[in-house]
Amino acid sequence: MTVGNFGVVTRRTVLGASAAACATSAIPRAQAATPAKGDDAMVPVALRINGKDHHLTLDPRTTLLDTLREHLRLTGTKKGCDHGQCGACTVIVEGRRINSCLTLAVMHDGEEVTTIEGLGSPEKLHPMQKAFVVHDGYQCGYCTPGQICSAVAVLDEIEAGIPSHVTHDLNNVAFSDEEVRERMSGNICRCAAYSNIIAAIRDVAGEDKA
Amino acid sequence: MKTFTYERAESPAQAAAAALSRPGARFIAGGTNLLDLMKLQIETPAHLIDVNRLELDKIEATNEGGLRIGALVRNTDLAADKRVRRDYAVLSRALLAGASGQLRNKATTAGNLLQRTRCPYFYDTTKPCNKRKPGTGCAAMKGISRNLAIMGTSDACIATHPSDMAVAMRLLDATVDTVAPNGTKRSIPIADFHRLPGDRPEVESALAPGELILSVTLPKPIGGTHIYRKVRDRASYAFALVSVAAVFTPDKGGRFAFGGLAPKPWRVDAADAAAAQGAKAVAEAALSGARTTRDNAFKKDLTARTLASIFAEARA
Repeated sequence: MTVGNFGVVTRRTVLGASAAACATSAIPRAQAATPAKGDDAMVPVALRINGKDHHLTLDPRTTLLDTLREHLRLTGTKKGCDHGQCGACTVIVEGRRINSCLTLAVMHDGEEVTTIEGLGSPEKLHPMQKAFVVHDGYQCGYCTPGQICSAVAVLDEIEAGIPSHVTHDLNNVAFSDEEVRERMSGNICRCAAYSNIIAAIRDVAGEDKA
Repeated sequence: MKTFTYERAESPAQAAAAALSRPGARFIAGGTNLLDLMKLQIETPAHLIDVNRLELDKIEATNEGGLRIGALVRNTDLAADKRVRRDYAVLSRALLAGASGQLRNKATTAGNLLQRTRCPYFYDTTKPCNKRKPGTGCAAMKGISRNLAIMGTSDACIATHPSDMAVAMRLLDATVDTVAPNGTKRSIPIADFHRLPGDRPEVESALAPGELILSVTLPKPIGGTHIYRKVRDRASYAFALVSVAAVFTPDKGGRFAFGGLAPKPWRVDAADAAAAQGAKAVAEAALSGARTTRDNAFKKDLTARTLASIFAEARA
């Protein structure tokens, strides 16, 4: 069996409208034709992370989270539970927020990843980062990168008309605090800065005038 | 995580053949459940077949007036599809009641059907579990069983199927379309897709070794008022204690499927037939033969009350 080079990927066109968080541009996938036979078989993986191409050779067990933290020293993305329950590891892949702990890097060969480091920098904060500072949307800060990546994607999802559990009319999706609470439920904050997190997101959404 | 080898599938038939020929092979799509279980060494595949790049990610109209949902359609995309929102709202609602936004962005239609139970004893590798390790016994029966099944159980297992989506699929009489390692395709009615535990709780579906799900097909829309009501310990991001999927029709008819009660999405013909008689009659029919523990006996009352609530909502 070979790890093939696949030219056609159509999945991301499905939700193209919500892919505003980062522009998609193709990165050649790792040209791996090496049969993966032995237990120690490493696999080549190409990722474009925060606009920069990376070509890696990884144990196939390596999660996207561990790739970011341990192989690329992008330690802004945090490991909380490592089981998809806390959201601290949330990153944006091909425009969609996911738990980077519950996916293998090799599954994302050729794809585009945005982490907290790619959203903004200390000198030039992303509006969501700035709003978290202004509204004091954290205490210890450990969950914050995941909260911010998730929040950026949540606003895109609302903009794209994707409904949620609390959307009253499935065909009429609009911003509300109730929507934010529901949509952010996959990001746990054990300091319980929730009310200020919601204030920050409301601010960025432009709904803070009421 | 135990070591494994990895390959990317080239076609559905090739993937199915590879899954049969490689010992210990598993398909991986979203991976949100499988990788969780692999980290805990509850699942220890020797070989992973990544099906993510197969073109099974479309939602298409069928000649019969229904929808064919590709196996790889992500939960977010299925819930947001305009046709699903309009014609199968109970399915959108069920999907949106499940997991978190991050997980719904990754989890697939086929993977959702095949997800494993969240029984705490299935997850605890220090305890006996007939599903995880056949023949070792069931620690749940005399353990913490508050969230476990009251219908369709056996002396070997009282685990529930955790899916919300599958409950709506059962309500809508979906069929699961597959390809076998020899290339043969078949369609399995969802009623027959998930197995009850009997004395083989480790066998959870009708899939044969290597058989790959290609799509899930919905029959043409049935109209009516669609409701999915999920009762859980917190308002979001929790598995159901009890959930009810229902479609009410103007002639006082209705159909009902239940989550959180059984090892598979639970639906009883007699309960549908009792729709005109009201919530109490539906609950009695649906829960006939219930086997409860001290911890989970409350699910009978909770089911009846949830039905009463949605009847009131639908017929207000």
